[in-house]
Amino acid sequence: MSDEPLLKVSNLTKFYGSRLGCADVNFELYPGEVLAIVGESGSGKTTLLNTLSANLEPTSGEALYRMRDGSWRNIYELSEAERRFLTRTDWGFVHQNPADGLRMTVSAGANVGERLMAVGDRHYGCIRDTALDWLGRVEIATDRIDDQPRSFSGGMRQRLQIARNLVTGPRLVFMDEPTGGLDVSVQARLLDLLRQLVGELGLSAIVVTHDLAVARLLSHRMMVMKGGHVIEAGLTDRVLDDPREPYTQLLVSSILQV
Amino acid sequence: MTALSVRNLAKTFTMHLRGGISLPVVENVTFEVSAGECVVLGGPSGAGKSSILKMVYGNYGVDRGAVMIAHGDAMVDLASADPRTVLTLRRDAIGYVSQFLRTVPRVSAIDVVAEPLVVRGVDKAEARGRAGELLARLNLPERLWELPPATFSGGEQQRVNIARGFITHHSVLLLDEPTASLDAANRAVVVGMIAQKKREGVAMLGIFHDEEVRATVADRIVDVTGFAPKVAA
Repeated sequence: MSDEPLLKVSNLTKFYGSRLGCADVNFELYPGEVLAIVGESGSGKTTLLNTLSANLEPTSGEALYRMRDGSWRNIYELSEAERRFLTRTDWGFVHQNPADGLRMTVSAGANVGERLMAVGDRHYGCIRDTALDWLGRVEIATDRIDDQPRSFSGGMRQRLQIARNLVTGPRLVFMDEPTGGLDVSVQARLLDLLRQLVGELGLSAIVVTHDLAVARLLSHRMMVMKGGHVIEAGLTDRVLDDPREPYTQLLVSSILQV
Repeated sequence: MTALSVRNLAKTFTMHLRGGISLPVVENVTFEVSAGECVVLGGPSGAGKSSILKMVYGNYGVDRGAVMIAHGDAMVDLASADPRTVLTLRRDAIGYVSQFLRTVPRVSAIDVVAEPLVVRGVDKAEARGRAGELLARLNLPERLWELPPATFSGGEQQRVNIARGFITHHSVLLLDEPTASLDAANRAVVVGMIAQKKREGVAMLGIFHDEEVRATVADRIVDVTGFAPKVAA
């Protein structure tokens, strides 16, 4: 792991009018590190993720990101063009519902290739080869390259969304309940794949999940949110094996054993 | 040379879901483990042996005290370290053989064992080769190597877990009942592997309920009942 963070978040706060989304969030994320944000519905975890990924403007606070050239920039002060470049190349965003992250009426190959074209690739043959390679890496049969994701199962769509995000070699990937809504055998496959890709590519990731097993498997560190505040944070297995806060103890004790 | 120095550890659990009752577990836990030595935690069930092991590895937080671990030329306190430092110490300095294997869906036994080496940058083929050597030594049938361990028997899973814990060279190694569900032949293999780690200068801290194994591997027994919290009068 590198000694310099990739992202430094301080006092990040988001209000919707007078209603609190999330408040006073502070953390640093290092290259290769996976951070899980857990909490119940309405705890502010998705608001935080959307603010961190610059989909929402914070009410106050800042998020400094180390650009590829090494300079530190507050992501809320980037120009629209700079921000678009970041979200299309250096960042990925995996939505819970693949339809939110894919174009459902263009082919699987085009879904992957489109991100490459956004970073300036123009050679059709190269783009198609890269798309084929990525379909293989996310275990989609390569003869499906010309099919639209509309004809894919939920698990395949989610794997395609992951390929679309990772093809540009991002350094930071945001994930919102990446395994939510999938049945368990499909979840297991996706989790294994994510774990493997994150490890191989040395990605940093911020994963929102309400599933503590997902957090255990994927993340190094976790933050527990309740009522818009981070109430407990630390090493993932410390938080899960020795939860301190009443709410975290409730979460951990509510896991069903099989 | 001291590889692990545990100083004045204290731990109390607060059970918020049970009306906030306090469960004191241990206090004033102090002992040292030298390179090449195997120290065994002794005492009845519930005395806090596993809790001490988990505090030393950082799975449990501590209320007081320090867990000093040799890392490079320095001694680093794992108990107060930030998460990144704990992860660095786990990568470089301290390993843990847990009682149960936490299986990952779809990952084969041999890859489960090889993973700690791959994470450290060892070439995948070489890591798998060394994983295979360990699994063979532990008598895990080769036809199981490419299968995910989720469906293995308890003893088979434990051998995968042991191989995973022993494949790296950490200067401190924690062992939580590594022989609990093994037959006599495989217990003997593990005892031999522990002896080899000792010769390599590894400091080990373990829990062994099997008296015969304990008598063979332990250089010293630390009686955990001595760390029982004093109940206020």
